[in-house]
Amino acid sequence: MNLAVTIPYWGQSLLRVLGGTVAVLLPAGTIVYLFLFKMMSFMQSRLGPMEAGPYGSMQLFAEVGKWLQKEDITPARADKRVFRAAPLVVLVSTFLLVAVVPFGPDAYFTQFDAGLFYMLAVSSISTLGILMAGWSSANKYSLLGGLRAAGQLIAYELPMVLSVLGVVIQAGSMNLQTIVIKQNSDSIFGWNGLGYPYIATQFVGFLVFMVSVQAELTQTPFDMPIAESELVSGYMTEYSGFRFLIFFIAEFATAGVFALIASVLFLGGWGIPFSWFGWHSVDSIDNWMNVAGPLVMVTKMMVLAGIIMWVRFSYPRFREDQLQRFAWKVLIPVSLINIMLTAIFKVAF
Amino acid sequence: MMLASDIQVAQNIGFGIIAAVMVLAAIRVVTSKNVVHAALSLIAVMAGAAAQYLLLSAEFVAVTQVLVYIGAVMVLFLFGVMLTRAKLGKDVDLDNKGAWAYGAPIALLMLGVMVYVLTKGFKDTKISVSGKGSNVGQNSLLSDKIFSSYALPFWALSFVLLAAVIGAIVLARKD
Repeated sequence: MNLAVTIPYWGQSLLRVLGGTVAVLLPAGTIVYLFLFKMMSFMQSRLGPMEAGPYGSMQLFAEVGKWLQKEDITPARADKRVFRAAPLVVLVSTFLLVAVVPFGPDAYFTQFDAGLFYMLAVSSISTLGILMAGWSSANKYSLLGGLRAAGQLIAYELPMVLSVLGVVIQAGSMNLQTIVIKQNSDSIFGWNGLGYPYIATQFVGFLVFMVSVQAELTQTPFDMPIAESELVSGYMTEYSGFRFLIFFIAEFATAGVFALIASVLFLGGWGIPFSWFGWHSVDSIDNWMNVAGPLVMVTKMMVLAGIIMWVRFSYPRFREDQLQRFAWKVLIPVSLINIMLTAIFKVAF
Repeated sequence: MMLASDIQVAQNIGFGIIAAVMVLAAIRVVTSKNVVHAALSLIAVMAGAAAQYLLLSAEFVAVTQVLVYIGAVMVLFLFGVMLTRAKLGKDVDLDNKGAWAYGAPIALLMLGVMVYVLTKGFKDTKISVSGKGSNVGQNSLLSDKIFSSYALPFWALSFVLLAAVIGAIVLARKD
């Protein structure tokens, strides 16, 4: 499909950088305000922030301003360079993740064959940042938190990788754009009114994926690494000011990006069923889909992020051994069985 | 025959910068007095290798490099180091005395062997990476190769991994 204007390469690069920043910061801000500030408050029978702006909607700017003017403290015995680099490593992992998420037929940052594989690979970089933060703080709570985080992220990365394999088998591709197009152009038993979102057949995979995402984000009930009642704040204990802000943004931005990826893999991504408008392939999709697609994606993301936050506010924390046992003895076997059944059905039909 | 127009300037500059960073980081790995710093430098080397694979349009290998070496091996390595001897600051007995005396010749020998093998094996072969007919970087091609002509080595490799897993269990279990 040809767009009406030709944008030079530098312009495209600039647009990608801007788009990436928006795609990381906007979900983070929305999730924090809508869910962390408001939904959690309502669930606890209070109003949440009300002073800054109508219904406290400007609260985020106040918070960011507060953090930016706080003193940037590095502990005297800390390993200064590693300590300062750690939050950035975590944030970079988030930015790298958003690079492969497709938002529309032409509205993507990059797309290539190994897209899904890439997403799984770069999501593990944040573990590195957390380990760096925990070790360099020269604080035993931080170190314990960092080690707990690493152990947990390693354990839950496996079910996450295995749970998406069912989708790969069904779509026959690891390209996220191809997965979206497949879901919207296929039909369920000849009926194409809804396309064929893979949640219909990969519901087990979807569940395992969302549980693993919850653990990868270290959200309650998987928040052993920052268990505030025993470890102060885990690997984030010594951070203050804008470095803490970066950790905070990365946490919620990653929640948003994982929700986006889950919607791409299981809920049909940016697409609306192609049969509604008589589209038959990527090239016949109307141009307005590049504007509608991101909106569809954001809607699905808010639903999934809402579920992540809902679970976070509802359940108590897992103990460390329960957490590990759940990953190795429940999630991994279930996702392995899911892969086997999907492969059998793929060959049989 | 290599023509001047065949030389990809941007790619070569990229290669040069990444290679320089990799060499510096590799030197830091062996000269650093802190074991965690050495490991972090090693990560920089691995990331550089992944970037070089990307320049060669071998994106699958590049992503595998990130997933396996940075995401798994180095994280486990750091995890182990921090769990056992997570010392901040300088570690005096980290370096072996006189390691340079035999380390440097071995490194030079490796360099010689690799340059010889690469120039002999590829000569001036060029891989076409652009255009519609090119299938460089296609995952299906790679998987077809692995599961057909390279199936036996692939299975043999998985047995090596199985042996490692069993070995780990034997070492870890005390009863």
